[in-house]
Amino acid sequence: MDERNITFMFYGLAVAWGLLALYAVLLGLRERDLTKQLDTLKRMVEEKK
Amino acid sequence: MRTKIILALGAITLPFLLRNLHMIIFLVPDDLEQGPVYRIFYYHLPPYFVAAMGYFTAMVASILYLVKKDQKYDAIAVSATEIGLAFAAVNLITGMIWGRISWGIWWAWDARLTWALIGWLVYFGYLVLRRAIDDPTERAKISAVLSIFASASVAITYKAIEWWRTQHPGPVLSIRTGGGTLDPAMENMLYENTLALLLLGAIFLLVRLRQEEVQREIDGLRRFVHAGN
Repeated sequence: MDERNITFMFYGLAVAWGLLALYAVLLGLRERDLTKQLDTLKRMVEEKK
Repeated sequence: MRTKIILALGAITLPFLLRNLHMIIFLVPDDLEQGPVYRIFYYHLPPYFVAAMGYFTAMVASILYLVKKDQKYDAIAVSATEIGLAFAAVNLITGMIWGRISWGIWWAWDARLTWALIGWLVYFGYLVLRRAIDDPTERAKISAVLSIFASASVAITYKAIEWWRTQHPGPVLSIRTGGGTLDPAMENMLYENTLALLLLGAIFLLVRLRQEEVQREIDGLRRFVHAGN
């Protein structure tokens, strides 16, 4: 492979993978937060009954 | 069932993405003029295809919401928009890095770049607007209208390189030029990575849709809990 501007090639690839990985992590964190909220509310509803 | 589909898609998509990454770095031919930096192309154009697909899905779901008044379509619209924004951000930032080498500048107020940025900002505004409206029906109705108008930016972005010949290169794919502008090995790799990223987008969409459903369940339970207090 020609080595001109190879650093910038890696910057580009790293940014693409990094942003998509970051979005996947954010989705995971949101999923965890929603599951916690849902469990708490279900417990509250059970107690109310 | 949906979890199984997500896991199955993930089991296909991750190896596909890694295989593509290996091919993009080591196996596709070099570009004589630009050197290896042109490989950013494989993570610049395909993410925009996925983003445009997300925005288009949001537009169709928004029309269906306005016709059928079913919150399910609103959930699809917001999920697809958010995923479109994530992929469009990849497109914009990789384009800036590539432009720094190809053009010597990070950004140019060229027609294609400017319209892609305008689209991103309008869809970002769509998500911000949703947070400002409490009533779910009102929120769905107003954001559906905005999403339909915003979809015009996708069509303009697509046609910008034909309508205005500014800094950004013109069409290179053989489906638009009739061939001869891009090495077939490079073009095939581009389509393969587009497919892999579309699969990744589909996984994100399924996860995001499930979250919308859980959010609605939470809102319903909250109303029930507070109603008794």
